[in-house]
Amino acid sequence: MEYVSPEGLRIDGRRPMEMRKLQAEIGVVAKADGSAVFEMGNTKVIAAVYGPREVQNRSQQLSDQALVRCEYSMANFSTGDRMRKPKGDRRSTEISLVIRQTMEACILTQLMPRSQIDIYVQVLQADGGTRSACINAATLALADAGIPMRDFVTSCSAGYLNSTPLLDLNYVEDSAGGPDVTVGILPKLDKVTLLQMDAKLPLDIFENVMQLAVEGCKAIADYIREVLSENTKQLEYRRGL
Amino acid sequence: MRGLQLPLTQTQKVRLQRALEKLEALLSKANSNASVTVADTIPVNYDDAFLKGHGTTEHNGEVVATVCGVVERVNKLIYVRTLRARYKPEVGDIIVGRVIEVAPKRWRLDINYSQDAVLMLSSINMPDGIQRRRTAEDELNMRSIFEENDVLCAEVRGFQHDGLHLQARSQKYGKLQRGQLLSIPPYIVKRQKQHWHYLEEYGIDLILGCNGFVWVGEHVETKDEMLVDQDKPESQTSKTNDYSMSLESREHTYTPLETRQNICRIANAIRVLSMLGFIVTIEVVMEVVNLGVSQNMDTHEMLGSEFCVLVAEREAERRSQKRTRGN
Repeated sequence: MEYVSPEGLRIDGRRPMEMRKLQAEIGVVAKADGSAVFEMGNTKVIAAVYGPREVQNRSQQLSDQALVRCEYSMANFSTGDRMRKPKGDRRSTEISLVIRQTMEACILTQLMPRSQIDIYVQVLQADGGTRSACINAATLALADAGIPMRDFVTSCSAGYLNSTPLLDLNYVEDSAGGPDVTVGILPKLDKVTLLQMDAKLPLDIFENVMQLAVEGCKAIADYIREVLSENTKQLEYRRGL
Repeated sequence: MRGLQLPLTQTQKVRLQRALEKLEALLSKANSNASVTVADTIPVNYDDAFLKGHGTTEHNGEVVATVCGVVERVNKLIYVRTLRARYKPEVGDIIVGRVIEVAPKRWRLDINYSQDAVLMLSSINMPDGIQRRRTAEDELNMRSIFEENDVLCAEVRGFQHDGLHLQARSQKYGKLQRGQLLSIPPYIVKRQKQHWHYLEEYGIDLILGCNGFVWVGEHVETKDEMLVDQDKPESQTSKTNDYSMSLESREHTYTPLETRQNICRIANAIRVLSMLGFIVTIEVVMEVVNLGVSQNMDTHEMLGSEFCVLVAEREAERRSQKRTRGN
């Protein structure tokens, strides 16, 4: 199948290096300490953060740092064919772990000893790149909850189809079976916290694809920063002096 | 952008927008660019000595924010005051909490902090008002003082090795009954000298807990310890008349309808303020309550969109007046 037309357009009409439209909203879950909805094109994810709060299971309590927990789930209506999935299937356990490790790397856990932070992410619409969207939503929710972080994490995916590096794959491109690189970076510290790829790719091409994904992450970081600063300003002027 | 979960008509939307813009203009004149987000560099004069406070870290020799909020500078200290974070206790804060566990010699309280707070049996005033050692018997009778799910008011004593400790060594602290507990974001409660308010015209006690828990309840007469001692002989004499006591106590458990309506009215005023994210002080709350009364709003209408817009407009007006008076 042809994923990039001779004119250089992808199936959904984007250029190879073009990202889908980003849309974020903060404060969508009333009872949560922090929450956000993050959209990348047709992929839509909601994240809620509870905590830092008292550890529910005393035996898991850490005396020198906070315990971070993460639960990822996919709404039944999020995909094209409605499937009844058991709650703890392999895929969601793996993604929960990935998100937890990525977020733990940026949260200053040692500042909140003997407490726990719960992150719940749910995919409302799945159209490729759910992993990245979940991480971006979780970052926004954590920042909204006022949890101290080294830097925020942003994530983006890139692939390689028809000998062209493609940024931000959608579902059709994702299921083409080509290499899919998901990258998570700390934009300020300029470090990589997440790198996943489940295919083989020559080293020189991999570098190109990776570079493209990092560029995408930086673009997302700019957007997230904008949303957060807008939100902070609004809260501040409403509160007044 | 934090949206209101209210159905607004087009005119209401425009009015609210205008009021909020006015508020924004008022504050941007006062301090510009003080707000930071995660990983923003905080401008510092590196020639002078400075101290990094909460919400800051160092990266490549720059001071970087770790939370979203507003940069505050106190002498050499630079810190970021967070908005929308959990409560951070400071010694001496008046807080309202809920008992979640009765443990040996202590109660555990939920106070909207990252850990549960501890209230020791030895750091409260016993109901009989006598200063003495707490015996094993007192320990067994702890549930007669505070039970699970009781709401109570206390003061932050400080951090000990096993967490945050509270104390309630005065008659004004203790169990709160016959009222409503509201939970609002802690950043909109301003730390002040006075957090207890007795609203005489409504017969209501209002406690604005620093932790974002607000208590609105029927007024209770509190007596100082000294006064209690003086009153003692009197109360003993009245005890002889058993029948009149029981009548009196029966009267005490009954809250008049009017008081209950007033409680709801004041609680709704605070709900509107927290919905809009405006600061909650006694003056602002009373102003909102009076606005509701003057507009002939029913208690339930106070949570509607029209009143919300009115409050926003009034607040914008109030702040601009305050500013012109200040200059």
